[in-house]
Amino acid sequence: MRLHKIGLSALALAFAFAACDKKLDLDPAQSVSEELALATDANVKSVLLGAYDALGKDGLWGGNALRDAELLAADGELRWVGTYTGPREIYNKALIASNGEAEDRWTDAYNAINRANNVLTALETVIADDRGQVEGEARFIRAAVYFELVRFYALPYEAAGNNSQLGVPLVLRPTRGIDESSQVARNTVEEVYAQIVDDLTRAKGLLPEENGVLAGQYAATALLARVYLQMGRYEDARSNADAVISSGLYTLVDNYADEWNNDDNTSEDIYAVQISSQDFGEATLPVFYSIPEFGGRDGDIEIEQKHLDLYAADDARLALFYEGAGAVRSGKWRNQYRNQPIIRLAEMYLIRAEANLRLGGMVGATPVDDYNILHTRAGLTAVASITLEELLLERRRELAHEGHRIHDVKRLHESVDGLAYNDPKLVFPIPAREIGANPKLQQNAGY
Amino acid sequence: MKRFLLILCVACGTLSGLWAQRSISGVVTDAATGDPLIGATVAVKNTNAGTVTAADGTFTLSVPGDDAVVRISYTGYAEQSITIGAQARLDVVMELGTLIDEVVVVGYGRQIRSTLTGNIAKVDGDQLRAMPVVALEQALQGQAAGVYIETANGKVGAASRVRVRGVGSINAGTEPLYVIDGIPIAKEQENTAGGPLNPLADLNFNDIASIEVLKDASAKAIYGSRGSNGVIIITTKTGRAGQSRIELDLQAGTSEPTGRREFLRASEFIDLFTEAANNSDDIEGVAYDDPNSWTDFVMRRFTRYSGRNDSWMERVDRTDWQEEALRQGSVGNSTLAFSGGHDKVRYYASGNYGFTKGILVSNDLEKYGGRLNLDFDATSRLKVGVNFSLSRTLTTQVSDDNAFSTPMQLVAMAPITPTRDEAGQLYDRPVTTYYNGLIDVEDAGRRVFSTRTLTNTFGEYRFNPALVLRVEGAANLLNVRDNAYYGRRTDEGNDSNGAAFAASSNTTAFNTNAVLSWNREFSNHDLGIDLGSEFFSSENVYSYVFGEGFPVDNLKTLSSAANITDADGTTTQYRFLSYFGRARYNFARRYLFNASARVDGSSRFGADNRYAFFPAASAGWVLSEEGFLKDNQTLSFLKFRASWGQSGNADIGNFPALGLFGAGSYNEGSTLQPSQIANPALTWEKSTETNFGLDFGLFKNRISGEIDYYVKNTTDLLLQVPVPATSGFTTQFQNIGELENRGWEFTLNSNNLIGRFSWSTSVNLAINHNEVLSLASGQTLIDDSGSRYANVVKVGAPVGVFYGAEYAGVDPDNGDALWYINDLEVNADLKATTNDYNQAGFVELGSPLPTLIGGISNTLSYAGVTLDIRFQGQQGNKIHNSAGGFMSCNACWFDNQTRDQLDRWQQPGDQTDVPEARLGYSNGDQSRSSRYITDGSYLRLKNVTLAYDVPTSWLRWGGFKTLRVYATGTNLLTFTKYEGWDPEVTTDFLASNTVYGVDFYSAPQPRTIVGGIRFGF
Repeated sequence: MRLHKIGLSALALAFAFAACDKKLDLDPAQSVSEELALATDANVKSVLLGAYDALGKDGLWGGNALRDAELLAADGELRWVGTYTGPREIYNKALIASNGEAEDRWTDAYNAINRANNVLTALETVIADDRGQVEGEARFIRAAVYFELVRFYALPYEAAGNNSQLGVPLVLRPTRGIDESSQVARNTVEEVYAQIVDDLTRAKGLLPEENGVLAGQYAATALLARVYLQMGRYEDARSNADAVISSGLYTLVDNYADEWNNDDNTSEDIYAVQISSQDFGEATLPVFYSIPEFGGRDGDIEIEQKHLDLYAADDARLALFYEGAGAVRSGKWRNQYRNQPIIRLAEMYLIRAEANLRLGGMVGATPVDDYNILHTRAGLTAVASITLEELLLERRRELAHEGHRIHDVKRLHESVDGLAYNDPKLVFPIPAREIGANPKLQQNAGY
Repeated sequence: MKRFLLILCVACGTLSGLWAQRSISGVVTDAATGDPLIGATVAVKNTNAGTVTAADGTFTLSVPGDDAVVRISYTGYAEQSITIGAQARLDVVMELGTLIDEVVVVGYGRQIRSTLTGNIAKVDGDQLRAMPVVALEQALQGQAAGVYIETANGKVGAASRVRVRGVGSINAGTEPLYVIDGIPIAKEQENTAGGPLNPLADLNFNDIASIEVLKDASAKAIYGSRGSNGVIIITTKTGRAGQSRIELDLQAGTSEPTGRREFLRASEFIDLFTEAANNSDDIEGVAYDDPNSWTDFVMRRFTRYSGRNDSWMERVDRTDWQEEALRQGSVGNSTLAFSGGHDKVRYYASGNYGFTKGILVSNDLEKYGGRLNLDFDATSRLKVGVNFSLSRTLTTQVSDDNAFSTPMQLVAMAPITPTRDEAGQLYDRPVTTYYNGLIDVEDAGRRVFSTRTLTNTFGEYRFNPALVLRVEGAANLLNVRDNAYYGRRTDEGNDSNGAAFAASSNTTAFNTNAVLSWNREFSNHDLGIDLGSEFFSSENVYSYVFGEGFPVDNLKTLSSAANITDADGTTTQYRFLSYFGRARYNFARRYLFNASARVDGSSRFGADNRYAFFPAASAGWVLSEEGFLKDNQTLSFLKFRASWGQSGNADIGNFPALGLFGAGSYNEGSTLQPSQIANPALTWEKSTETNFGLDFGLFKNRISGEIDYYVKNTTDLLLQVPVPATSGFTTQFQNIGELENRGWEFTLNSNNLIGRFSWSTSVNLAINHNEVLSLASGQTLIDDSGSRYANVVKVGAPVGVFYGAEYAGVDPDNGDALWYINDLEVNADLKATTNDYNQAGFVELGSPLPTLIGGISNTLSYAGVTLDIRFQGQQGNKIHNSAGGFMSCNACWFDNQTRDQLDRWQQPGDQTDVPEARLGYSNGDQSRSSRYITDGSYLRLKNVTLAYDVPTSWLRWGGFKTLRVYATGTNLLTFTKYEGWDPEVTTDFLASNTVYGVDFYSAPQPRTIVGGIRFGF
């Protein structure tokens, strides 16, 4: 009798749960597997759009890469008054190896690169008609990110040198697991630039002329012009800039102020990070440049008189600055939830003009004509002739606070805040966490 | 399952024969006084039959036959078991109990302490009852050896962290498993944003009968994969037959912050910052009156901070911002409880209401709830019951410590700044240095409602005196609603004409278990076997909507928002399936053996590594039962214990083993991106624990105690291993690394005096040594602390050890901050100093975890007056004031400074630890430095309760049976060297397994004093 009862109870226990083992098979609701993510044409295109999203992260074109290029080159023209210590260290040129901004840029960059690499290995899945375009877009993104990386984390590209100084690691395959091969060493600056030029040259050939607000042929061409300018390859810079201008696809907006704080791309925008109140990603330029009433923090960046002195009194570009929260502010990054222009036509005129001036040529137009196009758009009188110095000054006025300044300083061998263009203090540290995770990485001088 | 049970009941009920019944009666009295004991439980062992004694101590009980064993128990007295034999009368004299004889709850059962082979600490509900704190953990602090409890800060509803025998994991959970009336409750962080809500804050302490903490492997291995961090079993009260009681407990009081910091007053502020600006100008060679000088800049700032006028020149304090953040709080609690029962039914029902007005502005909590515990004898063999509780907690929250809007960050404001302008409106930037958090008090609000229903239905069928089947089904439903609005002047809402969000999180957890127990005593043998299975399933559904643009501040719900700018909705779930068994044997209560095993499966791991096996074994030897000690007058009890076992930890996010892509968006189009790298080999984290213990009793157990030594090794750590970010990822979950906790625990209880004047003392102390033995191959450091914080995981050091630059004071020649180089690559002399922070190598700067924790309590009573005094403390831990780089940085920027900064270096030869003040320059303000790390040891007068039980004879007029009047206070005195607000601190936005002891504008703990009255009807 007892055995019978025990048997019955055991049976009860067994029955209660026998069916449950399968219940341990659960799938996540917010994520999908790698295989599924790269399995169809539509999915790969979603991954590509994810790479654009990564390019728009705060460490990159979301804004801080532009902000830091200005903070490093502050030179009394702007002042960081915010409470965050990371940007303050950058502003003071006193970064420590664990600087959070340096870490964010690095991780955001390689995150974007991994996304692009995922797309580039899944091209087979893309329908044949779109394959070239998808490849071109992914290469554009990868090149853009490497260009930011190599300029922040390595000593400057020397037009006259062999550029064997350490650049950043080139990772060109997507990550599927972590093993020894995940510990990569730094490539040289030369190798990184070669990869950037290669990616952009191929992208240029693969991309359609127009691609909405995403990267088209001329976004790649314009970025390539910028890269060649940084390398001091003026002929290549000029031909690419000229190609963009003469495509006729882009025109300057009439009023300088209209180029900024827009919901949609302007006729002048070649590439802009897309931001709206519904989808604002990690846009940070208004956060630091603007003031609370427009959605900024506390007005962390103040524009100083020394910068305002660069402009003529009736320069429309001067008029764009505004006073708020006790200081002068950049009007370019005033409102939150607005597109952030990254590459615009005005820069192409400046590149073409500079290259023509240096090379003594007049491809596309004379330097003074290109100069006057921007000068008169700013409400100023056309000039009869210009020097290189005047053109570079116009460049500072036209592209102020758009993240060009420190890179121009390095390119032009100028100095800022008492530091020579190639001072190691103007180079970010390889993030301390990265040195810890990857012993093959060599730290930059001074850290 | 239930249908099966029913069939079983019917089948077995009819098949079993009835035992011969007869009745026995007697009286139960106190050995010391001879007084009858009212309400003592008299029950027939191994049956459901039982009663309680009446007002004159008498009882009558039906017993099955002469070999029946009657168990007599009464709180505070030693339990007795008597084989009745042929007698019809049974008079029992009860001796005051000792802890050695107490009954303790073990996993899926109960045992007498003297027969335990594992380590279990027990805290009686009475010791928690009147404590005027919000969460249970706060009441438990210092009451159980080896149980470290810390409440993050003084915010009402702040999370508490409980670590049993040290920090047992790095990335997986470190909280113990909570089991309420047999049902495991996941202590999930249910709050949707900001600091976590405390789920145990939902419990009403007055309902708690006892709390048991299972510490060693033999005690907790029965909980297998969920036991590695210890198990805390909470048992709520049940009614007793024959005794109806109504109790009304009311208490109210006030609270104050335990500490304050001192900040600069207006004249000091002006002088220090002017000096700092002058110094910066000197460095740059700029004249003070130059319009571009720092000095001119500082004057303009003073004017700005004064409300755009020159009133600062009057050097008068306009606002004490610290006092704007803090206030006097208050608490009130009431509980009405009914308990009792008849022959076959026992009940305990209670309702409670309580509120806490926090010591921070706009931080409150209100809770109410009810409980019904009911069990009845359906037949002589079948007992069924239900434990049901409903609780609702409303917390009005303040922002996390790192938000400008959190009240404590007000201390950064200048003392020359008035709070309001002439129109009575609160000043904001640019007049205030930072966003004025008081605007949040006026124009914002965040209210979190949580509603929890916990239901446990059980049936217990006794096939025969030895064999019992218990089946339980439980549901834990938790609904958290988190609503906030931010008016158009607030930090969150001022760019968008107001903002609001609504979030909701619903967790539904089910648990079913069945345990078949067989217990048999014959001659000197006592044998027990349990077999069981358990299934646990939890699902969470979360949604969130954020909107902006409200026409007026009065409209605060999302339907009035012009734009919905953010939304989220997720669902996730996990499950466990387990089988377990346990065998227990003792010979003459002298030789004790215990073995258990559990097999667990979890949905969290890959199919290949889904199941794991967790064994444990233990033995005890009661030497005092041996002939050579049996009659020893001094040593009344002595037992050696030894145990070994394994338990596991699967408390990580769901689906960590898979390679995943997540969704996102760009340009309002949907995106996919890699979100997690695969690790198909991922499995449990395992902890192996060995424990040696000694239990002793002296002088008829008037003094008793326990000494334990343990070694707990956690291997196959579920580690979030940092990987090169060049992979596109920063971390990956891997089973790698090893962590050790070893230590000693001492418990001593002594009845120093007994009789009319009685005095008892209870002491517990625990020493724990925590050390990371290894991490991933080649990895010696996990450092996610960036430049402001300093906790890291480092091989050879305790989890969370502070790691950073070692501050070397100030160069007396020039006022520069100095650090020790501590880097052989830079300088062979490690103690050489540098004024360049980057040159300073990082070194260990002390542990945030204490090496010694403990508590001591004394209870004195005389003629109805009882005084309880309890101290709690910890030693050996450091605290990092990571806000030091703002508030104590020798005027590096405009945050108001702590007054100790007045000791700054001013001229060559000055000997001080505070560097020269230089506005806008870094001169020692790098937070990650030992400059901001100080000793955090403390001793706290945790609780004092003075109570008076009004004599029964005085109560006739009131119709009460009992009346107690009491006053109780918590956190009354704190002795510490820490100069911050309070040494019990870990800033809420950082608190994690590896981050402890960080102060970042963290609110001090409250010191609360209440008066109360308890009526018994």
